[in-house]
Amino acid sequence: MKNKQKLFEDIVYGIFLILGLISVASVLLITIYLLISGIPAIKEIGLIKFMFGSTWKPTAASPEYGILPFILTSIYGTAGAIIIGVPIGFLTAVYVAKIAPPKVKRVIGNAVGLLAGIPSVVYGLVGMMVLVPGIKKIFNIADGASLLAAIIVLAVMILPSIIKVSVTALEAVPQEYEDASLSLGATPIETYFRVTVPAAKSGIAAAVVLGVGRAIGEAMAVMMVSGNVANMPSLFQSVRFLTTAVASEMSYAAGLQREALFSIALVLFLFIMLINATLNFFLKRSKED
Amino acid sequence: MRSTKRKLYIGLMKTLMGIAVTLTCGLLIFLIIYVMFKGIPNITWELLSSKPSYLSDTIGILPDILNTLYLVISTLIIVLPLGVGAAVYLTEYARNKKFVAAIEYASETLSGIPSIIYGLVGMLFFCQFLGMKTSILAGAMTMVIMNLPTVIRTTQESLKTVPQSYRDGAFGLGAGKWRVIRTVVLPGCVDGVITGCILSVGRILGETAALLFTAGFAHALNGVIEGLTSSGATLTVALYVYAKEQGEFEVAFAIAAILMILTFLINLSANMVGSYYKKRRNI
Repeated sequence: MKNKQKLFEDIVYGIFLILGLISVASVLLITIYLLISGIPAIKEIGLIKFMFGSTWKPTAASPEYGILPFILTSIYGTAGAIIIGVPIGFLTAVYVAKIAPPKVKRVIGNAVGLLAGIPSVVYGLVGMMVLVPGIKKIFNIADGASLLAAIIVLAVMILPSIIKVSVTALEAVPQEYEDASLSLGATPIETYFRVTVPAAKSGIAAAVVLGVGRAIGEAMAVMMVSGNVANMPSLFQSVRFLTTAVASEMSYAAGLQREALFSIALVLFLFIMLINATLNFFLKRSKED
Repeated sequence: MRSTKRKLYIGLMKTLMGIAVTLTCGLLIFLIIYVMFKGIPNITWELLSSKPSYLSDTIGILPDILNTLYLVISTLIIVLPLGVGAAVYLTEYARNKKFVAAIEYASETLSGIPSIIYGLVGMLFFCQFLGMKTSILAGAMTMVIMNLPTVIRTTQESLKTVPQSYRDGAFGLGAGKWRVIRTVVLPGCVDGVITGCILSVGRILGETAALLFTAGFAHALNGVIEGLTSSGATLTVALYVYAKEQGEFEVAFAIAAILMILTFLINLSANMVGSYYKKRRNI
């Protein structure tokens, strides 16, 4: 009877252990699959030629597989989204965390939650119908589907993450810091920007890095507004990102072209892992602060 | 006396903050009004209740609605036991700190991976290696991995609120570990599971890139069993296909409006569940 009970408990333990390990197994599965399917094409094309080649012509008579345009577009696009999105998100976060009365705070909090929940294709659709024609008209160019349109859409899409994480970081700053600053004669606004914000800098850095991760990984919305031609990045030209390079050719590619798409995914994955490591570094530091 | 420089600084910061908040809120209001204005007039009963027909040249989104439903339900059925089990393991069983850290690191990594990569790996593993082909089921399996971190996190958070004394009391009465988990721990994490459910539904509804290659984009009208094993577009995928490939913007906006309304309902219910359980705890 005792033994039977113990055996039963051991089985239950085993089941829970397996369930616990599924997430680890999934990460391993994704990593291994990307490595196995991504490396052959890189080997065949040559790492330098693949990473730093500036022409992507997989279907030409003498095909070329250079993904530098995609890498640079992803970097420029993300940088642009950060330059526009971070100041807006950061300032909104300071207002929400420190100044807004509780009711306003709740309303803005819900608004940010809603912005975060809107599917990316809806952003893409609105970008396609409003931004793209708008850019075409304002800057008088042939086609508004461009890097600029993608940057604006991405900036909007990373806003919610930046606001949420920054608000959490700002609210975690001890009240005493602010009290000390106020009693020394600083006004509330001066206190928030010169005492609270510096004290929460690791958390705010984490918010920015999270935004970088979101922006570099976004595919659908960008695909709908960026025009999708494999040009070197330029603000008013049609461009292709790492994500959209994979998405746009996957459905019909075959042979080396298909394998090269997996290699692009591998490069994207390495970028994301790097960003995740940075994010963890800042999150850890903000916990220690 | 405040110097002019200080006054300027304060004024500048106040103005900048005002602009930022106005932009954020204005943006949302614009999005809502624009999408609703363009979408709602196009939502007709015919659109909701039929399938696309080449003969009469009409478009219906009933297959897409059903596909979305099949996908959401099958994903939840699989992800809930897995996620709750993992959370129970992490909070109730695991003793080794490094081990727990590894699992938590893995689920953080999962939540940072872009959906297009889930799509690729899902296609390679579920559709090709496991032979599921491009089907709703393969899409659901991909969504399971994607939503696992969410369910683990929300369940874990609510498990932490179950007082240790409850467990000690049950153990003291001679209950075995499993019995304690079944009768004391699991009932305590209902709110976490519900929140995890709602968040997952939101994420599945909004997902496109990962589904394009795993669940495909067919618009056939199927029953449950047939639906799970055949390719099918969800609402978001249908929106993408209609807007980008076919230029059917009226249908695209109608779907966008439906998605916005669903997003709103999901956020509302998540908030309501959160505050309901918070109130009950405080009593």
